[in-house]
Amino acid sequence: MSALFRTAPALRAGLRASAAKPIAAMASTTFVRGKATLPDLAYDYGALEPYINGTIMELHHSKHHQTYVNGLNSAVEAIEEAKAKNDLATAAAQAPLLNFHGGGHINHTLFWENLAPNGKGGGGEPEGKLLTAINEDFGSFDALKKQTNAALAGIQGSGWAWLVKDKTSGTLGVVTRLNQDPVTGNLEPLLGIDAWEHAYYLQYQNRKAEYFSAIWEVVNWGTVAKRFEK
Amino acid sequence: MSVGTYSLPALPYAYDALEPSISAQIMELHHSKHHQTYVTNLNNAIKTYASAVSSNDIAGQIALQAAIKFNGGGHINHSLFWENLSPASSPDADPSSAPLLIAEINKVWGSLDGFKAAFTKTLLGLQGSGWGWLVKDAQGLRIVSTKDQDPIVGGEVPIFGVDMWEHAYYLQYLNGKAAYVENIWKVINWKTAETRFQGGAADAFKVLKASI
Ligand SMILES: [Fe+2]
Repeated sequence: MSALFRTAPALRAGLRASAAKPIAAMASTTFVRGKATLPDLAYDYGALEPYINGTIMELHHSKHHQTYVNGLNSAVEAIEEAKAKNDLATAAAQAPLLNFHGGGHINHTLFWENLAPNGKGGGGEPEGKLLTAINEDFGSFDALKKQTNAALAGIQGSGWAWLVKDKTSGTLGVVTRLNQDPVTGNLEPLLGIDAWEHAYYLQYQNRKAEYFSAIWEVVNWGTVAKRFEK
Repeated sequence: MSVGTYSLPALPYAYDALEPSISAQIMELHHSKHHQTYVTNLNNAIKTYASAVSSNDIAGQIALQAAIKFNGGGHINHSLFWENLSPASSPDADPSSAPLLIAEINKVWGSLDGFKAAFTKTLLGLQGSGWGWLVKDAQGLRIVSTKDQDPIVGGEVPIFGVDMWEHAYYLQYLNGKAAYVENIWKVINWKTAETRFQGGAADAFKVLKASI
């Protein structure tokens, strides 16, 4: 999770003019704060067409994901301010916002990375150890897709479906999470599929089953395998 | 056990009647597809539930409760929603059509603008899919939010609701949900709101009775 924060030095307002000084020399007059930033996509907005259109990708990344990033930074800031005043009740009251926006940032970051243009890393079938594990735990790749699509269709509201690995047993499974709840604890998220309406509505409207079946054409199995073997 | 069948209620206005606040395309999909799907899935769930009851299958009955709540809630919420909207040109869309309700709103929130600001804050604060409602209970008026399709069935009277699922606004407003909320105030049916305010929960749900 810490990889999602880019560390940026933040100068105290009164010292902005001396920003040209080397960082080390300013150690006593600056504080360093991890600030979440919107990650760049590894492909163009239109690169997942026709499975996910460019307008959806642009809004989803530059607007929705950006809003989670902003919300996360404000929640963290509010917690830090409250902490500085020893106001633990106010800090604790930020928990739902931290979970929602922090989860939104984590989930979307994982999502962009586990997608790729069809034929350029996206689509096809999992290979190697990952495929062996999928066959063992689901019976077949087709069965995994079926189970995931059923889980996606069963989400009552906004949420995500994830292919996960149990960190203890190494077993694979499919889970769903509501709204922006991130996958945490003993489960390692390998592949996430966004089932919020904003992820497909401009192209598929109420026909969400079509989106769920199309998205497999742009799943980046290389990323999923890397997460699995980690 | 014979069970009733729920059906999609007709809209009290044309699909394009709420433009420009809500586009005809949104209204048509929202009513003929989304609401219809809740009705269809509700009917399927209660049919299966009835056979689980008649075969004394308690596990089967419990397993169906989430589907009944979700789809039944979707049917209730949307039915109430359509009725509490009105074309902006109609006198029903003017708050003066709800003198008693507005007087009570003024008492609780200071002014109609104060109420709108509080309601808007609740709507925009929803995390995920859900609804905002003005309700009346024994204590008076309150603003509540509900997640997904959870219905208001705890004895409160729903006065009016606003759908904050993305399907309610996305084709027109995209990620700009604040603009959707701003514009929906122009198409609130205050006449319906006044009627519900003067009645009880059973009155509000009357339109929802199943037909056998
Ligand atoms: Fe999303």
